[in-house]
Amino acid sequence: MPDRSTAPPKRHRAARTVGLLGAVALLGVILVLSIAVGAKSLPLADVWSGLLHRDAAEYAVVHRMRLPRTLLGLLAGTALGVAGAVMQALTRNPLADPGLLGINAGASAAVATAAFLGVTAIGGYVWFALLGAAVVTALVYAVGGGRGATPARLALAGAALNATLYSFVSAVMLLDTASLDRLRFWTVGSLASADSATVTRVAPFILVGLLVALGAARPLNALALGDDAARALGARPAVIRAAVIVAVTLLCGAATAACGPIVFVGLLVPHLVRALTGPDLRWLLPYCAVLAPVLLLGADVLGRVLGRPGELQVGMVTAVLGGPLFLWLVTRGRVAHP
Amino acid sequence: MTVIRTPGGLSVRFRPRALAVGVGAAVLAAGLGLVAMGSGDYPMGPTDVLRTLTGGGSAAEQFIVTELRLPRLVTALLVGAALALGGTVFQSLVRNPLGSPDILGFTQGASTGALVVVVLGGGSLALAGAAVVGGLATGLLIYALAWRRGVHGYRLVLVGIGVAAILTGVNGYLLTRAPLMDAARAVLWLTGSLDGRGWANAGPLLAVTAVLAPLLLVACAPALRMMELGDDTANALGVPVRRLRLVLLAAAVLLVSFAAAAAGPVSFVALVAPHVAKRLTRAPGPNLLPSMAVGSALLVGADLLAQRAFTGHQLPVGVVTGVLGGGYLVWLLAVERRAGRL
Repeated sequence: MPDRSTAPPKRHRAARTVGLLGAVALLGVILVLSIAVGAKSLPLADVWSGLLHRDAAEYAVVHRMRLPRTLLGLLAGTALGVAGAVMQALTRNPLADPGLLGINAGASAAVATAAFLGVTAIGGYVWFALLGAAVVTALVYAVGGGRGATPARLALAGAALNATLYSFVSAVMLLDTASLDRLRFWTVGSLASADSATVTRVAPFILVGLLVALGAARPLNALALGDDAARALGARPAVIRAAVIVAVTLLCGAATAACGPIVFVGLLVPHLVRALTGPDLRWLLPYCAVLAPVLLLGADVLGRVLGRPGELQVGMVTAVLGGPLFLWLVTRGRVAHP
Repeated sequence: MTVIRTPGGLSVRFRPRALAVGVGAAVLAAGLGLVAMGSGDYPMGPTDVLRTLTGGGSAAEQFIVTELRLPRLVTALLVGAALALGGTVFQSLVRNPLGSPDILGFTQGASTGALVVVVLGGGSLALAGAAVVGGLATGLLIYALAWRRGVHGYRLVLVGIGVAAILTGVNGYLLTRAPLMDAARAVLWLTGSLDGRGWANAGPLLAVTAVLAPLLLVACAPALRMMELGDDTANALGVPVRRLRLVLLAAAVLLVSFAAAAAGPVSFVALVAPHVAKRLTRAPGPNLLPSMAVGSALLVGADLLAQRAFTGHQLPVGVVTGVLGGGYLVWLLAVERRAGRL
């Protein structure tokens, strides 16, 4: 904004830039850790040679398993973090999280349908997931987007949708044991099944979704002032809302198709980041995009360390880590009032 | 509102419409039960079933009716009534039509308990016990977390949603730890099924319902109605709000947990039955007795549908209630939204 009285001082901008660089560095550390830690731990030198040298002993481990898994964690984390941030901005609701509101569960229900129909390749069921996410996103927005929907009520409506969709998923698992065996690992939320085909299949959707979301940052800032003020500032509320719904659908649908419904990442990261950046989405979104994969991959690495000799699924780890923070947000009392 | 006074100075106050709905739903439940008991691989007419129940009929019919079909029916009636009663109390306490135990984490807690037993390997009795323990522990946890100089409706809702989300993650993890056959059994249990339920399943639930239902209906219902006016008003009217809320929550959690132990966490009965009862009675306040009757009728009807809808393939009752309840829920969200209540 050109107005000098509202523009942040220069040193704020410098601090935020430095902070963002620090976050990127942190992400780099986590990426390396995610490649190094696992059933067979690799020293740093081996990670490097495994990445670069085709004839190194670690090449197969790194390229077949660890690298796709890490890249998928990066993509899915970014997608969920950014989707949570824009959902919170769009619904003006601090509890909006794609997991809690049922968007990821919508994608899951669609994927379960696909599995029941025999569509088990990611290239096929990613479309189902997108459709499921789109339907629930539109529904959530219809219920909670307007005036009068309080955080608690929207969360309750989302929880009810979640319950419905999960009972549908378990009905599918019940009717078909083959689907059960596949879906029970997927519905927890896990990066373990990642391969390069999955990554290349979902990456385009997530990248497009990210671009749309980042492009909507400035007009969404305006929309926070109310529709009239936003229009006066040159934004078109209906277009922005449609764009955000498209972005959330792409991000959540693709992320869920690849690694299952993961809750709390989209809730936690924007809340933590807001403490650093304030509500300006032009800073909030890049921070979320960098720090959400830090959380997701961190949880994944933690699950691999804690669950030895097997592993704990990342969805379980984020639920157990993120749940208490959600409870803290809620019991602190700021959002609890109807 | 009608009042009957006896010469001795006692008086009973009731709504004729609510009474009619309660009786009607109970009759419907009994009728559906009669049909359910007569249908199956050995079909019997309603008169045959009645004759067998009253001591007539051949030895084979006696066995089929009293040992196989009656326990299942009694379990269904009790589970429906207990879930509906628990759900009505919850919705009234949190003052929200969506505040049912399947959404607020209690059901998930019962599931966690049961899944732990499935993973560790245990019999059906241990499973039922663990479900009760899990439900109660979750209730205690939610209460403790939501407590801040008393427990208020919305904090309870939000804490419940958070706990439900955490437990859903834990449950999914536990499901992956079990061998495939056990996992299939666990999913069947998690969906809620009445297959093969005997008197051992119905007994504990019957005991709990027999104690808690009169307590809630007689001692707590008037106070609950006053609490719907708001805590301050209820306090001013002489209701010990804090203590009563603890009692009500404990009773509701017990009912739901024991119902889950008997038949698994059958979804949406606790959510839908109170709504249906309220729409039918058109009465303000919690309709505890009509809700119970509606819950029973709903579950018996759903079980009948689940057994007979697809010839040759029996579904667990939870699939039917899940699908019906989900459809109802979407409709409810739309209506509540339009009415500005959500």
